[in-house]
Amino acid sequence: MSASPSPSDAPSPSAPTTSSAPLHLAVALDGAGRHPAAWREPGARPEAVFTARYWVDAVAEAEAGLLDFVTLDDGLALQSSSTDGPDGRTDLVRGRLDAVLTAARIAPLTRHIGLIPSVTTTHTEPFHISKAVATLDHVSRGRAGVHVQVSGLPHEERHFGRRSAPLSGAELYEEAADHVEVIRRLWDSWEDDAEIRDVATGRFIDRDKLHYIDFEGRHFSVRGPSITPRPPQGRPVVSAVGASGDGEASYRLVALSADIGYVSARDAGEAASAVAAIRRAREAAGLGEEPLHLFGELTVFLDEDGPAATARKERLDALAGHPYEGDSEVFTGTPAQLADLLVERRSAGLSGFRLRPGVIAHDLPAITRGLVPELQRRGLFRTAYEADTLRGLLGLDPHPANRYATPPSAGTAA
Amino acid sequence: MSTKPLKQIHLAAHFPGVNNTTVWGDPAAGSHIDFDSFTHFARTAERAKFDFLFLAEGLRLREQGGRIYDLDVVGRPDTFTVLAALAAVTERLGLTGTINSTFNEPYEVARQFASLDHLSEGRAAWNVVTSWDAFTGENFRRGGFLPREERYSRAREFLSTANELFDSWNGSEIAADATTGTFLRDARAGAFAHQGQHFDIEGHFNVPRSPQGRPVIFQAGDSDEGREFAASGADAIFGRHATLDEGRAFYSDVKRRLAAYGRTPDQLKILPAATFVLGDTDAEAHENAHEIRRLQVSGQTAIKYLEHVWNRDLSAYDPDGPLPDVDPEVGENTIALGRASVRQFRDPLATAREWRELAEAKNLSIRELVIATTARQTFIGTAATVAESIDSLVQQDAADGFILVPHLTPGGLDVFADTVVPLLQERGVFRAEYEGTTLRDHLGISVPGVDREVAAS
Repeated sequence: MSASPSPSDAPSPSAPTTSSAPLHLAVALDGAGRHPAAWREPGARPEAVFTARYWVDAVAEAEAGLLDFVTLDDGLALQSSSTDGPDGRTDLVRGRLDAVLTAARIAPLTRHIGLIPSVTTTHTEPFHISKAVATLDHVSRGRAGVHVQVSGLPHEERHFGRRSAPLSGAELYEEAADHVEVIRRLWDSWEDDAEIRDVATGRFIDRDKLHYIDFEGRHFSVRGPSITPRPPQGRPVVSAVGASGDGEASYRLVALSADIGYVSARDAGEAASAVAAIRRAREAAGLGEEPLHLFGELTVFLDEDGPAATARKERLDALAGHPYEGDSEVFTGTPAQLADLLVERRSAGLSGFRLRPGVIAHDLPAITRGLVPELQRRGLFRTAYEADTLRGLLGLDPHPANRYATPPSAGTAA
Repeated sequence: MSTKPLKQIHLAAHFPGVNNTTVWGDPAAGSHIDFDSFTHFARTAERAKFDFLFLAEGLRLREQGGRIYDLDVVGRPDTFTVLAALAAVTERLGLTGTINSTFNEPYEVARQFASLDHLSEGRAAWNVVTSWDAFTGENFRRGGFLPREERYSRAREFLSTANELFDSWNGSEIAADATTGTFLRDARAGAFAHQGQHFDIEGHFNVPRSPQGRPVIFQAGDSDEGREFAASGADAIFGRHATLDEGRAFYSDVKRRLAAYGRTPDQLKILPAATFVLGDTDAEAHENAHEIRRLQVSGQTAIKYLEHVWNRDLSAYDPDGPLPDVDPEVGENTIALGRASVRQFRDPLATAREWRELAEAKNLSIRELVIATTARQTFIGTAATVAESIDSLVQQDAADGFILVPHLTPGGLDVFADTVVPLLQERGVFRAEYEGTTLRDHLGISVPGVDREVAAS
């Protein structure tokens, strides 16, 4: 039997569901799926993971299931099971396309679903990332986000050769927080109505509505303004992972810099303590009142009967040569059992879940065609897209005020 | 004179950008940011069977007199992101983006172009530009910046490093054989090590070889160093000489340089930027052209343009009056920042002298002088006249084709596509249908390293 808890094994009497508010649901897409042997499953199309069609199809499936958004995993090194460098394995998916470009390639072919590509703040320029995500928001008409991650891998550092040694863990997160601050300031560096096209005076823009951001941080400084006008959402959504394995620094990044935090935990207890740590950090920073989504993370293997799901995972484990465990909870079972588990888990203070399909070809349709209808029957998931933008779907302020704009009542800017 | 076979013309479309050739005040002018504008423009270019669409880039908003410049279109989207999105709404059109080698790192840029080439099924191209200014560098964590004399040396090494990354997968590594469990045939896929003056990097590139092997490489730059850089490693030059005599001189000079790198003349396409104005008669087209020039160069624009040369505040001068009697400030240009055109004026005193003489001889005001000396209109006339001019310049080896820059966003290419292109097709000098699928196919340039790929497969 699977080591994963199922609802009947792990009731949670102490934490009754306190809310019947609809859940938010996202899927994480990477390669053929989260399980290392996923690419060997029937229908996995491993030869197609470097084509646009593959990603367009997967996101179309997620959109058909009315999911809030997809995240696209990425990294600046070849995937590896080792932190020392490439593991030399030839039996696993290796290689990835740039996630921001993949999201942009998908954007014109979808209408509602949010698109959140991953970027590594450690090695990228915030100026480039800011305009890239702003542009993703323009081409998707308000559906962009960005998932920020750090990398302390020495072999990845050597792809850039920029520093003599990687930053320490705490510094990596501090730099990531600065990176997010810069990209957001750059999004705000154009006021929404800066473009005036005033033929009478010959002015294309009102230059007083463009702003230097003058960011000075420990690792970099950036002058601004952006070259790209403020995106439709004003501020695209920022997400980050809060994982106990990465320590308090990752919780701080989520608490202080993210709109969505993914809580990587193996059970309800771990999830609750992570949520509490993040909330404490947020309150300590005086941000307690600001909305922050915390999503639980689970890898899922779904089938119409529970033993089939377990058997499928075991078959994949046998192909991989070891049982898949992952860094967050692993679920095998039916969509109804998963719905039970999500209802229970959310009592830890989660507003939604990011599900990692064990096998995209199998478990993504199981989410959209099995789990989603199940949640809809329970009144816990939308039956139609109710907003045109990602911020709208998440119930966030659809167009946050610009930090540099002068409120109408306050007179002229200094 | 013996008859040569007709050369086939290459045509591309430059999305109208942030300079005064873009007439934003026209009632037909649309957004330069909205994706619909890009879609319209790209689909027009593809309908006309153009080789590619071209996007320029600038990494800092221009300033003049210490303030952000507000008379031209300001703002543009991210190059890579727009091109990837355009790959979704087109099928054959090449997608060329300007990416600066100074404010990027080879691993990341190589990854983005290889990804774009996969996502567009072989339509990516890179216009490699260089920069050295601290002004732009202030937007980047690595700051500003490079000694001017090092910019081509960095660009050259940047490009060769990127090529090493593109070539680090030979195209035969992906087996994806589910039965045997072999995803990679070769665990060394992507291995690279580069040690040079500007970059010292090693590891594994993580994007498999893309459909074109490497993106098509463009280079823009007219200096001796720029021409040499292009001859050494570019597939095409984005040039600026679109008249017969200048074009022929540039063409023969650059093509002559190829031999030193073991390359043949057909391995580098010369594609000058060109503008066009059409009319039902040649006379009407010239009237239209005159009107467009007046819209492109307002009195304010003329004064600002003059400041690029004078390097001092000229706002007190009347654009309809004579040129300033004061001389330019010599030295670093502190008035106009982020302006490519500033670099054209290597000797401002000589330029000012020349312009004064021209203005006096022809009795030109400041505005008239600027209209007369800037942004020449390359092709003016009926569709038949323009088709004839384009064909004639190409057949006489003044160019291999042109990158057309309309003055309107996004519909400025429509009438060209509908009227001039069919005439070029009738002449048998421009394709009626795409013959291949990749940009390399359209340009007739081979995939580098293809021998190795064939040998390995």
